[in-house]
Formats: sequence, structure tokens, C-alpha cells
Amino acid sequence: MSLNMFIQHFINALGLGALYGLIAVGYTMVYGILRLINFAHGDIFMLGAYFVFFATIQYKLPWGVGVVIAIAGATIVGLLVDRIAYRPLRSAPRISALISAIGVSFFLENLAVVVFTGMPRAVVQPDWLMRPIPLGPLGAIRLIPLALMVPIVSFVLVGGLLWIVYKTKPGLAMRSISHDIETTRLMGVSVDRIIALTFALGSALAALAGIMWALRYPRVEPFMGIFPGFKAFIAAVFGGIGSIPGAMVGGLTLGFVEIMSIAFFPNMSGYKDAFAFILLIVILLVKPTGLMGEKMEEKI
Amino acid sequence: MKIRNSVLTFLAVAALGYFLWWAPLNLDGYMLRIINLIAINAILGLSLNLIYGMAGMFSLGHAGFMAVGAYVSALLILTSEQKVKMWILEPIAPWLLNLHTSFIVSLVLAGLAAALVGWLISLPVLRLGGDYLGIATLGFSEIIRILIVNLTPLTNGSLGLKGIPAHTNLWMSYGCLLATLFFMIRLMKSNFGNVLRAVRDDEIAARTMGIDTFRVRVLAFTLGCFGGGVGGALMGNLITTIDPKMFMITQTYSLLMIVVVGGLGSITGSVLGSVLVTTMLEWLRFVENPINFGGIQIPGIPGMRMVIFSVLLIAVIIFRREGIMGTREFSWNWFFPKKAAHEAKGAVGE
Repeated sequence: MSLNMFIQHFINALGLGALYGLIAVGYTMVYGILRLINFAHGDIFMLGAYFVFFATIQYKLPWGVGVVIAIAGATIVGLLVDRIAYRPLRSAPRISALISAIGVSFFLENLAVVVFTGMPRAVVQPDWLMRPIPLGPLGAIRLIPLALMVPIVSFVLVGGLLWIVYKTKPGLAMRSISHDIETTRLMGVSVDRIIALTFALGSALAALAGIMWALRYPRVEPFMGIFPGFKAFIAAVFGGIGSIPGAMVGGLTLGFVEIMSIAFFPNMSGYKDAFAFILLIVILLVKPTGLMGEKMEEKI
Repeated sequence: MKIRNSVLTFLAVAALGYFLWWAPLNLDGYMLRIINLIAINAILGLSLNLIYGMAGMFSLGHAGFMAVGAYVSALLILTSEQKVKMWILEPIAPWLLNLHTSFIVSLVLAGLAAALVGWLISLPVLRLGGDYLGIATLGFSEIIRILIVNLTPLTNGSLGLKGIPAHTNLWMSYGCLLATLFFMIRLMKSNFGNVLRAVRDDEIAARTMGIDTFRVRVLAFTLGCFGGGVGGALMGNLITTIDPKMFMITQTYSLLMIVVVGGLGSITGSVLGSVLVTTMLEWLRFVENPINFGGIQIPGIPGMRMVIFSVLLIAVIIFRREGIMGTREFSWNWFFPKKAAHEAKGAVGE
């Protein structure tokens, strides 16, 4: 493999990994607080992509407006999901909430089939994101701005999220809930509102990831969220569930494993989707708390 | 009391036998297929309930074990000519070409193959608990599916297998269901049943009592996978064509629905759940077809069936978490309230 090709793959993996990380952050925040795998997260990612598709391509709105609409729409859906399907089950056994989450995921996917039809639709990428810029000596490496934009935007967003979680009061409340929900309630924190805020932040990031995903792989379809969702969850577990930097590290690892294994062993491409699951099983057996996770004590 | 209940059970089985004899003569193919599906889904539901409801292991891998069963059975009963014709992309593995068994043998082998796969998976995965277990089993089920897509010489890849002889009839499926029911009832009444419940309800206490919880769970998981394999094989022989897309996570979700609606840990519940969910899924097909409502054409809405289905799943889990039966079981004593009350006095509270 030439150096040129390697750099292309590297940038590609960086972009894919950053997107996995961006979705994984949403999983890890919800899991950190509620100990719930929010299966619907991948479908909110899908909705974000659809919203931007309809706003910009169907209704010809400018991209900026489309992005705002998509974020707002996905955030509202995320809040509704929490309010309707998860909040009534806060005191129920955790598995009940998990089944509810599966139901919600199933619901959103099929609702998308009903509303948007099951047919995949092509996304028209804006020109300025696709015009290659020559880089390196003699312009040997040609990159499209999109390839650079995806990881940069993702890292900036996660940086902003870290600031919210570690430097603001609601962030403090979030961290406090993840340690002990009852004590936090006694401290006068409106727990349900903080949980809603967590869902809103996670959904907004998922929507942004969905938009960038739709730009990278220019099509949208109702089931597009399932596999990125699973893989992002795996990334969150790999990095240590509950840890935001961990989710990013996990996402990048997964992106690199997927892209590089196919780059070096092209005949393994049929097994591409299996790599993530194998990685999950290995990490769960070797270090169940993930790379950066805290050890969680099982309460008796 | 015991004699009365045995007589009633015998009568019920006889009535079922009469129905199975009557149905093919009087009902059309579509109805028969639904009645068959009810039995198969009940077998699958019961096997998932053994893993999840009775042993408390949240497994999302059932579709994978069904796939193993369905493929093993189909590969064993297809004729050599059919196999040669079907493998277009790559030739079939030579040792597989002339492998041939009868349907019953293929069912048993399908179950054993699924159990073997399940056992191998359970050894690493069952060390995990709760929802990690769910996601890991889901991962394995996807890996099984990806292997089926890619191991073309063995499985014909994504093209799937067609023209499987339709061996599954009412006698076969209900025979298997009765066998499963008999086995499950005996199992749950045995000491192993008590051990399972103990492990489910309080693992640490069970371990303190000297139970090797890991072994118990592996055994229950493997048994459940056996049921999944047999159910998958029956399903393949009913529909006569299988492909990897059939065994997506959606398949596991509908089984989960059966178990949850019926009641986690209830044998009766899984059977009732299967009747309800299977008929409802078929009945809901009407929303996807155009309806002529007094001269007004209402167009069918594709996908609506699954929307309603998922709303029902969420509603059940929010408003009636214990399902229809909770953990109760059917008993003939229900019909004899006085005697039942008398008996309950003497019995130790469960």
C-alpha cells in the first residue's frame, strides 16, 4: 500500500471513528445515568439524517436552516421518547426499560417506513464540501473538505459537551445522578429535568452525526440507524461505559479497526460488520469495564 | 383430584388431536399455516422463556440459534440434485452434497447443532450479566448471520435455500409443541426448576446455598438453544425457503414480545402469548392492504403493522409489565374454585 493510499484510509477511518464516537457519547451518557441501553438512539440518528434531507432537498431550505431543524426535531423526539417510554419505568426492573427501549427503536424505524416510505433516498451533497483540495508535495494527496470537516466538527462538539458536563451546574447534577440518584434528588436537584437534558444533548449529537453520515454515505433509509447504533454502543462499552472521552476513544478504535482491516485484507470485507461484535466480546471478557470505565459495584 | 386433572388433561389432548384431524379437511392453506405458526412460535417462545423468564438471562440471540437449526435441517433434507442446482455462486462443499437424513433426524440434529453453538457461546458470554449479556448474545446472533452470508459453499450465501420440502404439518408442529410442554413442565417441577428460579431471583443467595450458578445457567441456556434450533427447523420446513434476512434481530423481537405478553417465567403465558401475537401479526396485515370502506378507498399503509405492533409492546411493558399470566400457570383447579381453595390451605405458599 502506498503512503498516499494509507493517508486516505487514515482520514477515512478518522471520520468514521469520530462519527461512531459522536453517537457513542449519547449512549454512554444515558447509560451512565440510568443504566439503560437506549436502543432508540440509533434511530434518532436516522431521524436527524431524514430531517435534514427533507429540509434541504425536498423543501430547498439552506443547509444551515436544515441542520437547525434536524437538531431541533431530533431533540424533541429524544425528549418525547424519554417522557413516554422511559420515565414511567424509572422504578421498574432495568430489563423492563430495556424492552421498552427495544420497542421504541422498532417503533421509530417502522414509523419512518410509514412516513418516509421504505425506499432509500439519495442525498445531494453540497458542492463546496466535495471539491477536492490537493495537499502534500505536488498535490499528491487529494482530500475533499468533507473528509476533514467530519472529524473536526465531531471533536469540537465533544469538547463542548465535556465543558457542559464538567464545568456547568447542570453537568455537575448529571455526574451526581450517575453516582447516586436518590441522594441527588434529596439535594434538591430536579432529577427528571436533568435526565431530560441528558436525552436532549445526546439526541442533538446523534442528529449531527446523522447529518454528517448522510453527507459521507449520500443516502438515507429507515433502517440506516441500526448498525451504526449497535457499533456506537459497542464503542461506548469498549471505551468504558459512562465515560465521554472513553466513548470517543472507543469510536475511533472501532473506525480504525473497520477501515484498516478492509484496507489490508480486502477479501475480508464480507465480515466487516462482525469485527465490531468480536471486539465487543473480547473487551467484555478481558476488561468488562472498558478502557476508561469505573468499576461499578453490584448492589446486593 | 390428581386423577381428575389427569383425565381432563387427557381429554384436552384428545380434543386437540381431533382438531388437528379436522383442521386440514376444513380449513384453507392460509389458516393452516397460521395454526402451524402458532405452535412453532410457542416452541420458540417457550425456549426463550426458559432462558430469559425462568433462568433470568436476558438473551437477544434467539434468531441466530433459529438460523443454525433452520440451515442444518434444510441442508440435511434437500436432495443432491436440488443442492447442485441451487449453488450458483460457488459450488457446494463436496461432503455436504450427499448428506441426507429423514425429517425427524434432521430436526433432532438441528436442535443439537443449535445447542452446541449455544453452549460454545454461553461459556464466555454467560460470565456477563444483565444487559451486557443481551448485547453480547445479539452480537453473536449477528455474527452467525454474517457467517451464513459469507460461507457460500456451506449455506449458499445471501441467496438462501429454496424448495425445502414442506415437511412441517400440524401433527409435526403440535407434536413438537406437546413434547416441549411436557419437558418444560417436568423440568420446572423438578429440583432443577427450583434451582433455576433460585439463580434467577437471587444469584448471590443461590451461590451461598452451594449452587454452581454458572453451570446451571449454561445448562438452561443450552437447553433453550436446542428449542430455538428445533423451532427454526420447523419454521424452515413450513415456509420452504430460508435466507439470512429471515433471522434478523426483528425475529428475536417478536419472540420477546410473545414471552413478555404471555408473562415472564410462565409456561402457559408463552403459549397464550404465541396465540395472541401470531394471530395479531397476521390480522394486522389488513392495515397494509387497501380497504374499501363503503365505497371510499382507503389506501394501505406499508409498515403500519409493525408500528402498531411496537406500540403494543411498549404499552404492555408500561401498563402491564407482568403480561397476561405473570408467573402463574394454568391449572385445572381454576374451574373448581371450592376444592382449589381447600387445597391451597394445605399447600405451602409459593
